[in-house]
Amino acid sequence: MADFDGKRWHDMGGAEAGPVVPAEHDFALWEKRVDALMVLCSTKGLFTVDGLRRAIEDMGPDVFENTIYYDRWIAAVNQNLIEAGTYTLGELGAKMDEIAKRGDTYGEAAHD
Amino acid sequence: MTDLQHVRIKQMMPPGHIRTPAYLRGKTGWIERKLGPFGNPEQQAYGLKGDPLVLYRVRFTMAEIWGDTAERPEDTLDAEIFEHWLEPANAP
Repeated sequence: MADFDGKRWHDMGGAEAGPVVPAEHDFALWEKRVDALMVLCSTKGLFTVDGLRRAIEDMGPDVFENTIYYDRWIAAVNQNLIEAGTYTLGELGAKMDEIAKRGDTYGEAAHD
Repeated sequence: MTDLQHVRIKQMMPPGHIRTPAYLRGKTGWIERKLGPFGNPEQQAYGLKGDPLVLYRVRFTMAEIWGDTAERPEDTLDAEIFEHWLEPANAP
């Protein structure tokens, strides 16, 4: 197989992959929320799946080792929402601060 | 493009978000069907409105893609490729 100059890290088709290790995995609540947020925002036309993939591809190869799937997706959602002008980083920071003050558990954080 | 049947995937490598897999670039296959126009993901990935481009389903043999390392050379693989990545298979 020809090895083309310029092939990007995520374009893995045909590369050596090693053994596939089957493992059960249940989704955490925050992971389901990332998925719901992604569907909601793309339905509203704030970004496309292409925009999300572009953001993940631009994170570089290390991110594939250092993060899990939904870490990458929420980072890509955030990147695209900032670019779409949905909120500013100042607004995001203030909201994160406000919610962190509610408490450490989902139950506490769910109440204003 | 409409009467094109035997096609080659262009062997170009611009940086950026591209859906055409690198392992198919430079390979030849046959148009299996025309899927109709869709917005160009190479523009949509950057928050732009994608120009409508025709997407084709292209069929390749494993022998064409993997050469002598293909485990089952006669098996086929279908990939959906936008029109601007296709050229006639006999193009120089």
